[in-house]
Amino acid sequence: MTNKKVKVATVSLAGCFGCHMSFLDLDERLVDLIEHIEFDRSPLTDIEHCSPDCDIGLIEGGVCNSENVHVLREFRKNCKILVAVGACAINGGLPAMRNHISLEDCLNEAYRDGIGVENPQIPNDVELPLLLDKVHPLHEVVKIDYFLPGCPPSADVFWKFLTDLLAGREPSLDYELVHFD
Amino acid sequence: MNNKSIVIDGKTIPFEDGQTIMQAAIAAGVYIPHLCHNPQFTPHGSCKLCTVKVNGRNCSACTFPASEGQNITNVTKELNDDREKITQMLFVEGNHFCPSCEKTGNCNLQAVAYHLGMTDNHFPHFFENREVDASHPDVMIDHNRCIFCTLCVRASQEVDGKNVFAISGRGIDKRLVVNSESGLLKDSGLDATDCAAHICPTGAILIKRTGYKVPIGQRIYDHAHIDTVTLANEGASHDE
Repeated sequence: MTNKKVKVATVSLAGCFGCHMSFLDLDERLVDLIEHIEFDRSPLTDIEHCSPDCDIGLIEGGVCNSENVHVLREFRKNCKILVAVGACAINGGLPAMRNHISLEDCLNEAYRDGIGVENPQIPNDVELPLLLDKVHPLHEVVKIDYFLPGCPPSADVFWKFLTDLLAGREPSLDYELVHFD
Repeated sequence: MNNKSIVIDGKTIPFEDGQTIMQAAIAAGVYIPHLCHNPQFTPHGSCKLCTVKVNGRNCSACTFPASEGQNITNVTKELNDDREKITQMLFVEGNHFCPSCEKTGNCNLQAVAYHLGMTDNHFPHFFENREVDASHPDVMIDHNRCIFCTLCVRASQEVDGKNVFAISGRGIDKRLVVNSESGLLKDSGLDATDCAAHICPTGAILIKRTGYKVPIGQRIYDHAHIDTVTLANEGASHDE
């Protein structure tokens, strides 16, 4: 291991930040980890864009709108190793359960016809990214190098995966660490 | 007792006339991955996970008769890669969202995926719109999770002496249908105690109000590998 810290970027696309919370469950192990890694673009740093020399990109959530696509492509362009973290990144997860309902029906239910909606209108501000017709897992948009299943993957999964990579080993997860739920 | 034997991955395994490769393997404690096979019923040979090489040719172990002189390979990178791809195709063809499925942890599809080291679905998802039939008071069908293994079809015919389920259509249009005038489960002859109601390897056919009796984390495949579980269960039923 060299002295140069490994640059890690993270983002939550169409996710719930549960995977990020699980990452923080590393607790005191974060102190060990921070000896070897530094965070680049991430909700933990508020850095807005990836440096061009990121080593590892951890992506939580699937792709549900145009901004997600841009962010995912930025990560792919700037990270040597791109990792799909959690069920939503891998198969669309809970947000993808809207895929069998038309987008129009989804918007109408949420913003116009739903119970308790006041001042019903479909949000249409130019600042808002357009929703995609369907929610997609990451691998349908860019090449993904590794997948960490789980809803969320446990802190032990992050620990094993990152310490393997930092030690120059091919990451491998024991049976107990692989869960699709 | 005879001395007939086959060889699987270099291990000599005895068999009796009439046994399939799968039967001989399970009796000898050798796991061959499978989803549509269950020793209680007539083999179906459709999921192709149990494909092994018999003297260099691909055969379904669950339907192929064991015979003298067979040199079989089962655990190879090539075969397991094919099995992983088949499993991934099953995942993208249906809508398998494990975190929101009652069957998670007890699901054979999931456990086979774990066994094969599958961590992603590789292929583009179909996101097909499939129905849920919750009409029956005690049993529900979530077609999103059906893999067309026909275990429920065979269980209903061969064990329950009914004919509740069938597979209709071909290829990509294939679907599980219920034998009732309305097409709904409530109008069929299915009872919650039927074998067919309990045999589904995925979360497609579920008994209502039982889904979370065993908490996630304490379920069969949360800690045990499917090869061990299968050999314990199916090895026992072979011996009966």
